[in-house]
Amino acid sequence: MKLVIDGLVQRFGTATVLDGVDLSTPDVESLVLVGPSGGGKSTLLRILAGLDVPVAGSVAFDGEPLPRVESALRDYRRTVGTVFQSYNLFPHLSGLDNLLLPLVHVHGLTEAEARARVREPLERFQLAGHAHKRPAELSGGQKQRIAILRALVVQPRRLLLDEPTSALDPEMTAEVLEMIGELKTLGTQFVLVTHEMGFARRVADEVAFIGDGRVLAHGTPGEVIDRCPVPRVRGFFERILAES
Amino acid sequence: MPRWLAHCVVALLVAALIALACSRVDTTWNWQGVWDYRAKFLQGFAVTVALSLAALVASTLIGGLAALLLGSKNVLLEAVGRVYVELIRGTPLLVQLLIGFYVVASAVGLENRYVVGVLVLALFSGAYMAEIFRGGLAAIPQTQRDAARAIGLTPWQALRLVILPQAVRLVLPAVAGQFVSLVKDSSLLSVIAVSELTLAAQEVNSFTYSTLESYLPLAAGYLSITLPLSALSRLLERRFKYET
Repeated sequence: MKLVIDGLVQRFGTATVLDGVDLSTPDVESLVLVGPSGGGKSTLLRILAGLDVPVAGSVAFDGEPLPRVESALRDYRRTVGTVFQSYNLFPHLSGLDNLLLPLVHVHGLTEAEARARVREPLERFQLAGHAHKRPAELSGGQKQRIAILRALVVQPRRLLLDEPTSALDPEMTAEVLEMIGELKTLGTQFVLVTHEMGFARRVADEVAFIGDGRVLAHGTPGEVIDRCPVPRVRGFFERILAES
Repeated sequence: MPRWLAHCVVALLVAALIALACSRVDTTWNWQGVWDYRAKFLQGFAVTVALSLAALVASTLIGGLAALLLGSKNVLLEAVGRVYVELIRGTPLLVQLLIGFYVVASAVGLENRYVVGVLVLALFSGAYMAEIFRGGLAAIPQTQRDAARAIGLTPWQALRLVILPQAVRLVLPAVAGQFVSLVKDSSLLSVIAVSELTLAAQEVNSFTYSTLESYLPLAAGYLSITLPLSALSRLLERRFKYET
């Protein structure tokens, strides 16, 4: 995917969260957004997911601009898979029914076709034994892996993951990152917002550093994380890498 | 001690207290006189059940509609809902019945007091129902709406597949409580001469001059409807219980 963002501005009330985001990536499989909390990463991801419409500016994936009208945006959302920090599974449905719902009600599969579609992925990610459980009975890691599968089984063009491990303990974080890493080897394209710098370095083809509502640096993981000439960015990584 | 036994013991104690109170008021029992009018009680009971059922269905529909008005983004529609709810909740049912029957129904030429009674009762209960429904809808977190939009559901699908199934479980206890109130409130229809259970008891009392013997069966009659209703709501609540 090749992502081009031009002059993106987003405001909530009087607060300007994105203040002219410009970014043009090479044709990459994975883009990881990093940067300080409150810098605008999640706001940007919501726009990329077609959930919010920016005040100004434009976004294009592979030359196709994102629509601004709700009905067209809905069609766009059906072509991507979005994963949230807080899983956002539907609590009244079992894990399996969470996977079937978009397949049956959005993508027009029959119940039997949908079940056949999810069988293999559930087994691959060791979730088949838990699929009959309600979200409340699943661990955080299991919930997030089901949520990733829900986004994945509709065969989207790309996944958009908003801090998928921020609500998880280290063990579950490892479990979810391992799954995302496996998806990467399977050729799934994704945009990922994360604070896990080691993981970002490993899976990112391209890293963009978002701070103060702008893209302050972008490039390969090495260029951004290890030897960025921008003092604000270098300072950020020196601080957090010294911690770990 | 099992719960049901505890309930029975307490109920017996209360009955004993009532019996004691009755024995202290200087009264000679005249059950035979009231027994002769048992058909009147039964007929009144049947009318109360029928009126309550009709008003229950109508008030659920009205409450659902008013909840949509209250949640509307259109200021005028929201105002219609708000004025309805506040007018109804701010005035006694007795006043609404008298105005509804002697003014509104007369003005539009609606003469059937049973129809008027059900309509007024449904409008009254619907206002409370509307607030219950609105609260239930508002209690579903924004993240659920986000997830529904993210997988590409239309607003109507999101309401039907994601929001309502969760909201129904949330409001069930309050709705059951409102139904119990509605059954009891139907006793006020006696003031516009609807021959329901309370009017039957009043008439039997005036025929036989045996107040207690007329009103004790009245209380038992209402309990025989409201107690199963409460039990049913507890059963449903347990059945639908899950953690979020």
